[in-house]
Amino acid sequence: MTTTTTGPRRSRLHRKEHQAALAFVAIPVIGFLLFTLFPLLFSVYASFTNWNGISAPVFKGLDNYTKMFGDRYFLQSLWNTLYMMIGIPIGLVISLGLALAMNRKMRGTTFFRTVYYLPVISSIAAVAILWQWAFNGDFGLINQGLALVGIDGPNWLQDTTTVKPALIIMAVWKGLGYSMLLYLAALQSVPRYLYEAAALDGATAWQQFRHITVPMVRPVTFFLIVTSIIGGSQIFVEINIMTPTGGPEFQSASVVWYIWQKAFDNLQMGYASAMSVVLGLLVFVITFIQFRLNRRNQFSID
Amino acid sequence: MSAQNVITTAPLEPAQEIPGSTGGPGNSASGRRGAGPRSTRDTLRLGNILTTLILSIGAIVMIAPLAWTFSTSLKTKDGVFELPPQWIPDPFVWENYARIWTAGPLLTGIQNSLIVAGSVTIVGSLTSALAAFAFAKMRMPFKNVLFLGLLSGLMIPFPTLMIPQFTIFASIGWVDTLLPLIVPGLFGNIVMIFFLRQFLNSIPDSIVEAARIDGASYLQIFWTLILPAIRPALAAQFILWFMAMWNDYLAPIIYLNSPGTQTLQLVIANFNAQYAIQTDYPLIMAASFVALLPVLIVFVVFQRQIIESIALSGSKG
Repeated sequence: MTTTTTGPRRSRLHRKEHQAALAFVAIPVIGFLLFTLFPLLFSVYASFTNWNGISAPVFKGLDNYTKMFGDRYFLQSLWNTLYMMIGIPIGLVISLGLALAMNRKMRGTTFFRTVYYLPVISSIAAVAILWQWAFNGDFGLINQGLALVGIDGPNWLQDTTTVKPALIIMAVWKGLGYSMLLYLAALQSVPRYLYEAAALDGATAWQQFRHITVPMVRPVTFFLIVTSIIGGSQIFVEINIMTPTGGPEFQSASVVWYIWQKAFDNLQMGYASAMSVVLGLLVFVITFIQFRLNRRNQFSID
Repeated sequence: MSAQNVITTAPLEPAQEIPGSTGGPGNSASGRRGAGPRSTRDTLRLGNILTTLILSIGAIVMIAPLAWTFSTSLKTKDGVFELPPQWIPDPFVWENYARIWTAGPLLTGIQNSLIVAGSVTIVGSLTSALAAFAFAKMRMPFKNVLFLGLLSGLMIPFPTLMIPQFTIFASIGWVDTLLPLIVPGLFGNIVMIFFLRQFLNSIPDSIVEAARIDGASYLQIFWTLILPAIRPALAAQFILWFMAMWNDYLAPIIYLNSPGTQTLQLVIANFNAQYAIQTDYPLIMAASFVALLPVLIVFVVFQRQIIESIALSGSKG
């Protein structure tokens, strides 16, 4: 009982600290409850109902979920969304190449970094508009370029076979600078002696790339794959601006575009909620894998 | 509604300075052949010239759509359809840039975007910094639970929340006002809290303890010690958040209908829909270019901070 003399005093100090700290975190915590947790629970609840957003939701059990997997538009939008992710590996390979090129000791790298990074910071709405113009079948930049080499380009956004490749080209262009920058940062932290030792042992350039560079940037590759899948699963703006009706024969409609259309155009809020819950689950699983696999080196509590 | 849920660890080297070639594959290959230092340097120079050439071609491809936009914005309505296409318009129709201000509510759009992005990032940064301070440097019950709870919010995509959020704001009559875009942001940004908390971990606890002994309140400590200490990290996150808010499209399109309340991104999207029918492409391109300019200017001015903080926040897995 020797601690009783200091005990109350210290605990009063602690209590003051506790109160201040709780007050400081209260705002984001309340924001989280109001704008994330409550809407999330409501989404889950609404997904089991028939609800038009105006009158009260009517409980329907799993109806929306069974309907979803028989809805050919939903399945098509899911397939479109997945298909358009082909751009992710393409973008990664190009951006690693760019980062390797810019990791050399030479002039102009700052300039190149800026140029390649410009699309990243440009607003997606403006970018979608200018690419819509670039993909114009008669007067667009792309077909003008193709005409130079004697190719008669298609009407990209109105053609069922070219609308997805067109969106992929644009997505790669938009995201290249971001992944390039992350790769560049990773390349700079690769110890130089690894290459020197490998060179001494007679490793070829390709072997050095294969056995040193690729493993050393693997965490960045992983991070980029995961975040790109999360971002790609939510593609919306490009679709909405460039192909306002979901593209020719629904070939460019994405999941979020379909959710948005069902919820705010058709007022099928319950059905749209169910689709949004499926999307949320998908993103949750991907994020969870990222946290699990990267827990050790990414962050720690305390 | 930024999608960049990036997680960080200890700061790595700033990306700005490129410390010489790391002896990448290309270079060492030539050294391996046992060539003299002279020819190694020659090979290196040749490699640099080739690399610059390739990067330049790539740069032209990257810049072309932006340049094409600018070029189109200065053409006449018919000049757009001329074949072969002109990269340098003849004549230059600067008047397009005068027309856009009366052709749609562009100025109102800029104003609305400034109100939304400005108020959210200024107030939200302060609330985020305050929370980050508490999470990093203060004792409190359930600290880790609360922090993990907030972090888990990052895993939930906005499309999953948008329908209930819309219903909530509709029920209090806030639809078609800027409030649904502003109010959630005032409560802070989890990515920013996380980033600042990590940054604060590198600052010794002793400065807070010393200030406590001197009798400073926690708010005073935050204002006079913490805020100045985290300024570089705060500035970088502030800019990124501002750009994300400025460029946001999905939330505005859900809430805003009337021209008077629309943000810039919606205004130019409407320009696009409206004037494409009249094939007034120069007007659309001029408006799009104006919409791109503010962010381009911010980027050029704050290039270092932006690039550093992206490199910091994204990599180092």
